[in-house]
Amino acid sequence: MLSPERRRNPGRGTDWPAYLAGRAASARHPALQRFFGADWPGPETPIGEVPLVALDLETTGLDPGRDAIVSIGLVPFGLAGIRPADSTHWVLRPVRPLSEVSITYHHITHNEVAEAPYLAEMLEPLLERLAGRIPVVHYRAIERSFLDAAVRVRLGEELLFPVIDTMAIEARLHRQSLGSRLARMVGRRPTSIRLYDSRTRYGLPNYRAHHAALDALATAELLQAQVAHHYSPETPLGQLWA
Amino acid sequence: MDVELQEIRDHMGRFPPFDALSDELLDAVAESVEVRYFREGSDILEFGQAVHHFGYVRSGAVEVYRHDGQLFNRISEGDIFGYVALLRSHKVRFPARAIEDTLVYFVPEAVFERLCDEDAHFADFVELSGSRLKATVDAQEKDNDMLITRVRRLIARMPVMIDQEATAQAAARLMTEQSVSSLLVLAPPLGDDEDRFTDGEGRERRLVGILTDQDLRIRLVAEGRPAETPVRDLLAGEVVTVQSDASVNEAMLTMLRNHVHHLPVLHRRRPVGVVHLSDIVRYETRSGLYLVSNIYNQPDERGLARLMPDVRAAFVRMVDEGADSKMVGSALSTIGRSLTRRLIELAEAEIGQPPIPYCFMVLGSMARNEQSIVTDQDNALVLDDRFDPEIHGAYFAELARRVSDGLDACGYPYCKGGIMATNPDWRQPLSVWQGYFSEWIEEPDPQRLLHSSIFFDLDPVHGEERFVEVLQDQVAAEASANKRFLAAMARNALNRTPPLGFFRTFVMEQDGKQNNSINLKRRGTAPMADLVRVHALACGSTAQNSFERLDDIDRAGILPAGQADKLRYALEFIAMVRIRHQVIDLKEERPPDNNIEPENVSASERHNLKEAFQVLSNAQKFLRFRYPWTR
Repeated sequence: MLSPERRRNPGRGTDWPAYLAGRAASARHPALQRFFGADWPGPETPIGEVPLVALDLETTGLDPGRDAIVSIGLVPFGLAGIRPADSTHWVLRPVRPLSEVSITYHHITHNEVAEAPYLAEMLEPLLERLAGRIPVVHYRAIERSFLDAAVRVRLGEELLFPVIDTMAIEARLHRQSLGSRLARMVGRRPTSIRLYDSRTRYGLPNYRAHHAALDALATAELLQAQVAHHYSPETPLGQLWA
Repeated sequence: MDVELQEIRDHMGRFPPFDALSDELLDAVAESVEVRYFREGSDILEFGQAVHHFGYVRSGAVEVYRHDGQLFNRISEGDIFGYVALLRSHKVRFPARAIEDTLVYFVPEAVFERLCDEDAHFADFVELSGSRLKATVDAQEKDNDMLITRVRRLIARMPVMIDQEATAQAAARLMTEQSVSSLLVLAPPLGDDEDRFTDGEGRERRLVGILTDQDLRIRLVAEGRPAETPVRDLLAGEVVTVQSDASVNEAMLTMLRNHVHHLPVLHRRRPVGVVHLSDIVRYETRSGLYLVSNIYNQPDERGLARLMPDVRAAFVRMVDEGADSKMVGSALSTIGRSLTRRLIELAEAEIGQPPIPYCFMVLGSMARNEQSIVTDQDNALVLDDRFDPEIHGAYFAELARRVSDGLDACGYPYCKGGIMATNPDWRQPLSVWQGYFSEWIEEPDPQRLLHSSIFFDLDPVHGEERFVEVLQDQVAAEASANKRFLAAMARNALNRTPPLGFFRTFVMEQDGKQNNSINLKRRGTAPMADLVRVHALACGSTAQNSFERLDDIDRAGILPAGQADKLRYALEFIAMVRIRHQVIDLKEERPPDNNIEPENVSASERHNLKEAFQVLSNAQKFLRFRYPWTR
């Protein structure tokens, strides 16, 4: 188990194989046993061979204790190609009704929400789709903390997993370089590392944002672009995950 | 459908050939897509690599190469590549590289095959050179057949109808309200009447007649009958009608034969409108035939010049109605020749009959019957061998001056190269002309031939036609036997080359350079005509028109099988794009020219133009090999 501080946002130094193996042994819920016991790639695996899954959650806010997950988008992929037809999109029924603003913002309809399943029903199918695949997210604090909170409330156990965070990669490139620090010192606005601003830098097209499956696809494409520009298919996974 | 697939589908559905796919097939394509990002400079398809998909550029730009490394195409958003390998060996023959950061959608072979099987348009699009152009040109011809002008095109409004029991006054009021000069008169059907139709309110009706302004004047007012007279008493015998799919010509003949000015137009039995003689006159005044007869009625040069807006209107209408390039070219040439002939008649009327026989000949595009709306004059005089400059010189100089000035006034500017009868060199007796041609053919010099190749398209317009026929026969007989001459002509035919294609808003040259516009005459139709001329001379053809020359070339078998057809389709396609762009210029009230700007070229037009340029380029390579020039 990780310390509460580390758990909130594990970083690059985390020993993921040890954590995953430990949880495989300690998990009580069968769905979590299956999840942690899956065949996970290790830190030495070249990124070109890693099974990946782009993951995007749309939420009503930023606080996993108070806010709800509205929808989940998943696109399994690899560096060699993304098949949008294999993607999954679930709209979830929140325990408390959604505000009008959230409905419009997330491009979903009242009907979709009324017919949607509760998150509790979807946790198992979600864990199945994530097992053994490294999630790729843009801003890992959201996806990981919301899923951890959901699993704690509903299954009574901790859920952590390694992710590749395309925003953290952008931050490393644009916020932590010597040049960018100097630029900030002279008062220049830092480069935006939001999903669609980042995509523009790689010549990727614009999509309708705030739809979980579309954002997941957008994130998958962004990772391909980042690897093509700054890494290579041989880069070990350990350099990219956190 | 999921939003992310919808996004892919919406994008692809905007570009050919996907824009014409059924929803079902387009869904299948979107569902099959595999997305992959390529960094600028990275290889997408490598030579010899096995492939089982083709690529679609979602964003960015891609270059496609021949296996010798030469640039084959540069493509961008919405274009496809790599499908040739799927049609053939499943090995990459045309490698592709990202020249910008590029997002590619790969579509698997199984879906490609389904598209080819189930969608003829898609199959045509990806078919190799020639057959696709053929399909496009054939489709245009078919449209043309459907567009033969039907009388229904002249109908401007729904017919105004009245019951036969209504009063004359009610009829007159209705005609005034509706601003019409005639009413169709209806009655209930009689028993098992064959003329019955169901009107807008679901009643069974039958057309019994037509009531015109003239009927009210002659049968009511002139006879002092009361305003309450029922309409049925004012009708003049049986109603003459025409079916809506009859041609304008048939409608006109029907009117003339029956001495009527109003003609109800029926779709089966239902009236759909009325045409008036004036509608037909208005229509005909803009047609080529009317123009030609009108040219011969003009009393002077100014009258001829005033007809030029009508010439432009006739040109626009022909193209709008789906005429092909041969029809347009020959109509404009006929108008140009008629104008020339009328100017000669007017000149002879003033300066007297010619002292010796002569022939006025035209050269270049008018001789080939391939004239466009943008053209200058190219002409010459062939005189009888009794010509004596001392005695006859002044007469023919004056004749030439008047014709040339007249043509200029009518919008056929003077030839910049001086190829006009006003130039004494080109106003010579037949024997001198025979000498010119012998010299050009027997002592060929590419440099000198550059200026005289235009003389190898020649046709009589007025006077002793046999003078020019003698020259045509001489060229056909001597040219085919002289290899050096053919080689010199071939060399000149290679001076102007087509571009490679288009890329975004640029014209792309063979070396990858980009330009803002392209002169489609200089880079397309003219080199094509040059090339066809060389082959035509080689096989002894006396035809002048490029399409007719291609027929002769095909019969002579001097080109590889199928090549003449490819050239025909390519020439037709390039010529039509040029013509259509001139129509756009005229409609937007700009002076028409031969330039087209890539932003005005539709995606499928680009695709076909590229194909046509390719055909021309390959044909030029063959020409170089077939008629080698050695010093």
